[in-house]
Amino acid sequence: MPTSIDREQLRALRDRDAQLVEVLPASEYEEDHLPGAINIPLRRIDAEATRVLDRGRPVIVYCWDAA
Amino acid sequence: MSPRAAWRLERLGFGEVYDYTAGKLDWMAAGLPTEGTGAARPRAGDLARGEVPTCALNERLDAVRERVRAGGWEVAVVANEQRVVLGLLRARELDADGDHTVEQAMRPGPSTFRPFVPAEEMARFMTEHGLESAPITTSDGRLVGLLFRQDAVEHAPDEGDRAP
Repeated sequence: MPTSIDREQLRALRDRDAQLVEVLPASEYEEDHLPGAINIPLRRIDAEATRVLDRGRPVIVYCWDAA
Repeated sequence: MSPRAAWRLERLGFGEVYDYTAGKLDWMAAGLPTEGTGAARPRAGDLARGEVPTCALNERLDAVRERVRAGGWEVAVVANEQRVVLGLLRARELDADGDHTVEQAMRPGPSTFRPFVPAEEMARFMTEHGLESAPITTSDGRLVGLLFRQDAVEHAPDEGDRAP
């Protein structure tokens, strides 16, 4: 079950070399994204996640907000 | 959207998946840096003057007035020990009876804005609403600084012609 985290937990996980993934569309990612984040839009998760991400490291996903 | 992505990643075999549910809005509202084409645009948080004088609710107004004006300011932000914004003292409030406390004289509950709002958007809003200055706060209400309309307009050239 995925774990919800806050900003401070995100920072701590980044220190553990967690991969940071923005799942919003590319246009929104290109305008602003968290430092070091990569972009895998939700609808491309199946196609790209296993190719781009390392299964051996934590993964953090985020979008715009909780809505 | 991110919960669905997190669940899908687990299904795809990723063993340690986290969802930063508050997301980009939370990050930017805290005034933290971003990357991307928008990162170079001046934002409210970049232009806000963090050195704006602050005061506490229980201070005497005459003492605050003297301190604020000695520093060359005509406005002060009323905040608590955590720098959470509670009110504003503009020139009119600063000129009230000096025996009053800040709490009695202040303009309570001022509208606040987040640090990530682009300068041109702030300039447009402040011009349309006749705001000379506006407190910029993080999502938990802590003061980043006071943004002056003049500063917003200067960094939003398209808005300059519309300023009164």
